[in-house]
Order: sequence, then structure tokens, then C-alpha cells
Amino acid sequence: MAFAGFMFYIFAAICVACGVMVVTSRNAVHSVLFLILAFFNAAGLFVLIGAEFLAMILVVVYVGAVAVLFLFVVMMLNVNFTELRRGAKNYVYVGATLGGILFLELAIVATSWTLGPQMSAITLGPVVGAVSNTRSIGQVIYTDYVYLFQGASLILLVAMVGAIVLTLRQRAGVKKQVIADQVSRSSKDELIIVKVDSGSGI
Amino acid sequence: MASLDRTARSFLLAELLGGMALTLKMMFSPKHTINYPYEKGPLSPRFRGEHALRRYPNGEERCIACKLCEAVCPAQAITIEAEPRADGSRRTTRYDIDMTKCIYCGYCQEACPVDAIVEGPNYEFATETREELFYNKDKLLANGERWESEIAANLELDAPYR
Amino acid sequence: MADLFDGIWWSGYVWPTLITILLILCIMIPIMLSVAYLTLAERKVIGWMQLRKGPNVVGPFGLLQPIADALKLLMKETIIPAGANPVLFLIAPMLTFVLALIAWAVIPFSDGMVLADINVGVLYLFAISSLGVYGIIIAGWASNSKYAFLGALRSAAQMVSYEVSIGFVIVTVLLCVGSLNLSDIVRSQAGGGFWNWYFLPLLPMFVVFIISALAETNRAPFDLPEAEAELVSGYNVEYSAMAFALFFLGEYANMILMSGMTVVLFLGGWLPPVDAQPFTWIPGPIWFAIKIAFVLFIFLWVRATFPRYRYDQLMRLGWKVFLPLSLFWVIATAGFLVAFDLLPHSMN
Repeated sequence: MAFAGFMFYIFAAICVACGVMVVTSRNAVHSVLFLILAFFNAAGLFVLIGAEFLAMILVVVYVGAVAVLFLFVVMMLNVNFTELRRGAKNYVYVGATLGGILFLELAIVATSWTLGPQMSAITLGPVVGAVSNTRSIGQVIYTDYVYLFQGASLILLVAMVGAIVLTLRQRAGVKKQVIADQVSRSSKDELIIVKVDSGSGI
Repeated sequence: MASLDRTARSFLLAELLGGMALTLKMMFSPKHTINYPYEKGPLSPRFRGEHALRRYPNGEERCIACKLCEAVCPAQAITIEAEPRADGSRRTTRYDIDMTKCIYCGYCQEACPVDAIVEGPNYEFATETREELFYNKDKLLANGERWESEIAANLELDAPYR
Repeated sequence: MADLFDGIWWSGYVWPTLITILLILCIMIPIMLSVAYLTLAERKVIGWMQLRKGPNVVGPFGLLQPIADALKLLMKETIIPAGANPVLFLIAPMLTFVLALIAWAVIPFSDGMVLADINVGVLYLFAISSLGVYGIIIAGWASNSKYAFLGALRSAAQMVSYEVSIGFVIVTVLLCVGSLNLSDIVRSQAGGGFWNWYFLPLLPMFVVFIISALAETNRAPFDLPEAEAELVSGYNVEYSAMAFALFFLGEYANMILMSGMTVVLFLGGWLPPVDAQPFTWIPGPIWFAIKIAFVLFIFLWVRATFPRYRYDQLMRLGWKVFLPLSLFWVIATAGFLVAFDLLPHSMN
């Protein structure tokens, strides 16, 4: 248990440090890379509390796909963030007010909230010998929360269709390759062999 | 029916598997590799390799300093200077070939009226310095002595076609 | 000080750590050797298919060639380009190499012979292989070179695209198994020799998986990230010496890993092809190695046979052919299993 605690502090410390670096680093690409490291350490925290399925999904989806696209965009656009931040001081009061309100809310929630007496025993470590957490997650989202789950996927589907509709444009006069037509061509249809007598032409 | 056949073929990856079968067959067929420094490929008698200046069987050098080779050389790699010798015959005092300029076209050999300058069968004359590739008359005559038997045999084999 | 060496410290922490390190070495050293000899095997096999002999000068039949190559790379100078980001430039090859090795922790070499027998083994493999793209993309960006960057962009897009179909192919297998544990996947293929392995009932998915694995490991005919003809050599243009060697080792270790994954998912892992006397005498790890060698041979065979894809055709194949096909097959498999009540017992 001591080892798990030790690992928790390592993962948590790196995670928080990476979060700070995401905000403060000057180079946008470095920010994204720190974000990825933060995701990774969050996955480590998930493993520590015995939620290995969630940890792997976090790595596959966020680190393996979403962050790659982030990195893509940041590398391609070559955004100069110091340039963008130049006018940030004008908004410092608005930002500070919003941050203060958020912090106050969090403080209220944190102080008025107590753990149940049996929770400390449950959170000590992963459940051993019971159903694997892959199956328990499946049993929850496909029974109790099936409509919410389907609703979430529908929202994602709509977002995907919307993105395609916004970016797809049909331009006239563009030649497109039809692979099936190319493959189905045969020499019989395309090639005529003519015997030409010398001097007569075709 | 033809389209059905085509669809079936493309879904069963017929062409890809056909190609892979061919490469697998080739894997077990005899190899063409020649183990070069120890084995060498056959050379045509017309092969144009390193140059050589030949001599007559009595030891007299063939070159009469007509400078046809110098004139025909498209890379201008040949430099010749000539003076009458003591016995009155016309001979070269200098016959240089810059092997770094030479393009091994064989025109010098074609132009020579006395078969003096020839391109021999030797292609292994790499050197460690550039200067060693500026051949002079001594080097060319030495080449001629060294390769005479091969050169003579090649010229004889090629003679019916000239 | 005295209680540091008796009781819980020794038996609870130090000893297990030492044993784990020993086990890791037992996995790593054979893999590094296989990587070295895979490079030789690649040159030999492609040579034979092109009617050549392949390397045959260093040692008998060229068997010492990989060692000569490794020594040469070790002796060379590591050059860091002036415009490059030095930290990321050096992290990238290490990342590629480490990711190619840590995935082996969950691969079962035989029944119970696995470093970490975790419940979500398949997902772990999938996660690690999806991380592989970072080594390449960081290398491309940190090199500060157009060729390297273009190669990295191609590679990233390609790997993200083909991961989707690989994911669906894995789901079809998981539907038949009912567990994410790699040992369970192999065990569910036991009993009855090779016609019990999943490559027969899921043949189209097996083919899709092999082709996607080629794309995922950036192998020919999908080796666009390092297309010599157009990108010089892609993301590793600026690398030399050991950094380059690490990329190379990582790429080949990934090849072996993807072959191992194919074997576990479709070719029955450590199981013998016929469940009868002479075949069962050979121990499981040897069968596993033989099957991996077979899949690797397919990789090399494909490289010797096919020309490189064009990039838009690569994307078309991934998104317009493999994705619908594998998605359809997931639904078809699920429907079949439910309709004939063949769902694995653990799922009821």
C-alpha cells in the first residue's frame, strides 16, 4: 500500500506540474506535449484506483487520437501564442472575477461535503476477485444509463455529420479517379491492333 | 456475369495473391548473383576498358603520331606531341590520356590506322589519388605489354565484323 | 539499518523487483536479438525473391552482418542539427524504442508465461501501439526539416486512420472470446488444432488485420512516411548513429510485436497446429516463435512483391474500404453469435 501511495504522489505531482506547464510554456507544441504527459499520468492514477479499463481508454482515445490531432493542428498552423497573449492584460479583471467565483464555488462544495463512513475502506484499493471493471462498466452503461449513453453517441454522430457538411464542397470541373472503372478496363475494350501496309497509312 | 467475376476476384485478392505466388516461386529459383572479386562476369571482345598502346612483334611501337585519336576524342582527353626520331621515323614524344576525362567511347581505337591505341579488357584500375589517373606514354605502353595477349585475341575475334 | 535487510523490505519489495528485472531481461534480450536477425532475414528474403543472394560476406552466410551494422552505427557521431530542438530530438527515438519494448509485457509466450497477466491486455497493446505515432511526429517536428515534417504528418494520419479498422477487427475477436485478457484469447482457441483458431471463421478480418498491421508499422507497401523516392527517408532524415539505430530497432520491434498480436488474436498463440502427439511435444514458446516468424515472413514477402501505395489511395483504402468492411463484420459477428446462441459463457 505504501508503494501505491508513493506512486500516487508521483503521478499526481507530474500531472499537476504538466498542467501548469501546458498553460505557461511559450511554445504551443510543447504545451500539447505536456498535455499528453498529463493525460498519461491521469491514466496512471486510474490504474492505481483499479480502473484499468478507463485508464486504457483514456490513453487510446485522448492520447492516441485526440492529442495527435491537436498536435497536428498546432504544428501545421504555427500559431504564435505570445503574439495572441499581448492583449491579455486588458481582460485580467474579467478573468480574475470568473476565476474567483469558480474557486469560491469549489471551496463551498469541498467544505460542505463529507465522505460516508464506509468509503475510506472502499477507496483503499481495487476490488479483488469480483467482476472485472470492464464488465461492471458495461453492465452499468448498457442497462441503467443506456438512453444517456445512446444520446451521447447521437450527439457525437450529429457533430461528425455537421463537420462533414461544413467542410465538404463539390467543385465543378474536377476530375476524380474512379478506381473501379480503372481496374475493370481490359485490353479488349481499349486496344485495337491494325495491320498497316507500308505507304498507305490508316 | 463479367462484373460479378471481377468483383469476386478483387474481393478474394486474386491479383495480389498471384503476385505473391510469383515472388515465392522466384525465391526458390537459382540466383544470378556473381560473387564479384572471386567470380567475374563474361566480357565481350568489344569491351572498352583501360587504354593501352601496342607494339609490333619486333618491339617497335605502333603509334605514328598521326593525332587522329587526339582529333576525334570527344572529351579531349588525349594530348600528343611528336618529333621525328633519329632514324627519321615520326614518333610521339608525349602521349597522355586523362582517364578522369575519358568517356570510354572507343573513338580513339576506331580512328587509329595502325591499331596502336586500344581499349583493353581491364576495368579494375581504380586508384587512390586523382593524379594516378593521368596516364602518360610509359604507363600506356606498360599496359600494352601487360595485356597484349588478351588484346590481340579480342582484336582477332572482332576482326570479321570490322 | 538492520531491519532494512530482513522481513518485509527484502521479501516484499527488493526481491520481487529483482525477479521482475530478471524477467524483463529474459524477454528483452531475445527480442533485441530477433530484431537484429530480422534485419538480416529481411535482406536475405528480399534478395532471394529478387534473384539475389543477400548479404553473405560477413561471417558464414552473412550471419554476422547485423553485428557489423550495429557496431558501425554505434561508432558514428550523433549529429544534432543546428535548428533542431535538441531535447525533443533525442527523446523521439528513445520513445519509439521504449514503446516498442514495453508492449511485450502483456504478450503470453505460453500458458502462464507472461510478465503482466492484466485483464485489459488487448487494450494495453492497442494503447501502446497508438502511442507509437508520437515518436515519429516528435522526430519530424523536432528535426526542423521539411522532409522530416512531411514524413511525420503522413505517418500520423496513416496510423490514426488504420488504428480505427484495427480496433474493429480486435472487437470481432473479442466478441468471440468474451475477455480482454490475451491469455484467455489464446485459451479460447484451444482444443482441436488449427481449425479452432480464429483466422478461419474470421478470415476476412484476419486479412484486414494483416494489411492494417502493415500500415500501422509503416511497412511496404504503406511505407509512405519514409518513401525514399519522394521524402528522402521521411521522419528520420536528420538522424544519425545511435539515434537512427533506435528508430530502426523500434520499427522492427514493432513489426515483431504486430506479428505477435496477429498470432495471439488469430493464430492460436502458443497452441500447436494439430492437437496430437508429435506436435504437442514441442513446447508452447517455440510454437509461438514459429508462428511469429511465419507472419514476419508474410511482411517481408509483401514488401518484396508490391509497389508503394499512393497517399490518397492509402487513405481511401483505410476509410472507404477497411472501415465499412470491419464495421459490417463486427455487426455480422455479433448478430451471428446472438442468433445461434454462441456467445462465450463468461458474458452471460
